[in-house]
Amino acid sequence: MEHKSKYPVSHVVGFFFSLILTFVAVFVALKMNVSYTIVMWIIGSLAVVQAGLQLFMFMHVTEGEDGKTNVINMAYAVFVAIVIVAGSIWVLTSGHAAH
Amino acid sequence: MSANVNHSLPLEYQTEQNRLNILGFWIFLGAEIVLFATLFAVYGVLGHRYAGGPTPSDIFKLNDVLIETLLLLTSSFTCGLAVFFMRQRDMKKLLIWFIITLLLGAGFLFMEIREFIHYVHEGATMQTSAFLSSFFVLLGTHGAHVTFGIIWAIMLIIQLLQRGLTPMTARKMFIISLYWHFLDVVWIFIFTFVYLKGMVG
Repeated sequence: MEHKSKYPVSHVVGFFFSLILTFVAVFVALKMNVSYTIVMWIIGSLAVVQAGLQLFMFMHVTEGEDGKTNVINMAYAVFVAIVIVAGSIWVLTSGHAAH
Repeated sequence: MSANVNHSLPLEYQTEQNRLNILGFWIFLGAEIVLFATLFAVYGVLGHRYAGGPTPSDIFKLNDVLIETLLLLTSSFTCGLAVFFMRQRDMKKLLIWFIITLLLGAGFLFMEIREFIHYVHEGATMQTSAFLSSFFVLLGTHGAHVTFGIIWAIMLIIQLLQRGLTPMTARKMFIISLYWHFLDVVWIFIFTFVYLKGMVG
């Protein structure tokens, strides 16, 4: 938990990779000539990776006595978020709601 | 409770009260994720109903959005540095990086407000279409969080100057850093699923 190193290595590495992920996402979205579905899957995955970087490299979600609790709490929140977003879009764009 | 001080841990984890406060804030962030999920769901459902008004590719400007993204991402990084130096008990570097964080956050807000004013001048208001209503609610909720974070941070800086680094002020600093990083996490998804998604099609 205690930072032994003199330099904020994990922060610099996290920042560097976040910048790369941001620019790769822009390149894939605007310059690559592939279908909309493929673009969305690629940039969606890049966003999830970058959020993970923030969580682990910047927020140190696993540290402390309650590290495990934090991870379970975040995992559950992400699960509920996916159910809300994917579930709402699914219910409201298919079946009777679309007509 | 706070009589139990463990000096081998970083300041913010030294007392039981502090550990509980930090755990409680993580649980709050879990609820915030769900709050933003509901707004993303609304945007996901209504985001393509333009009602004859402007579409995302009509109004979004890549350069402005990239500047906002880089400002907020860098501020998340400098906020991490502030906490890193707090753990080295370096009050001066903590304050310097925290103030830089605030200035970058204010820069982000300036760009976002300018962007909104620009949209309204182009006739893209909250009343124009379901797309723009859900867009402004999602982005506005995030922007309100950033605004609140800046006010919170200014008050914390005053307290840090008055009281110095104690387990209590260190815990408050650590908690606001979690909040600030969280706002960048939300922005990553706004950047991807609102802006980039809108500019692909």
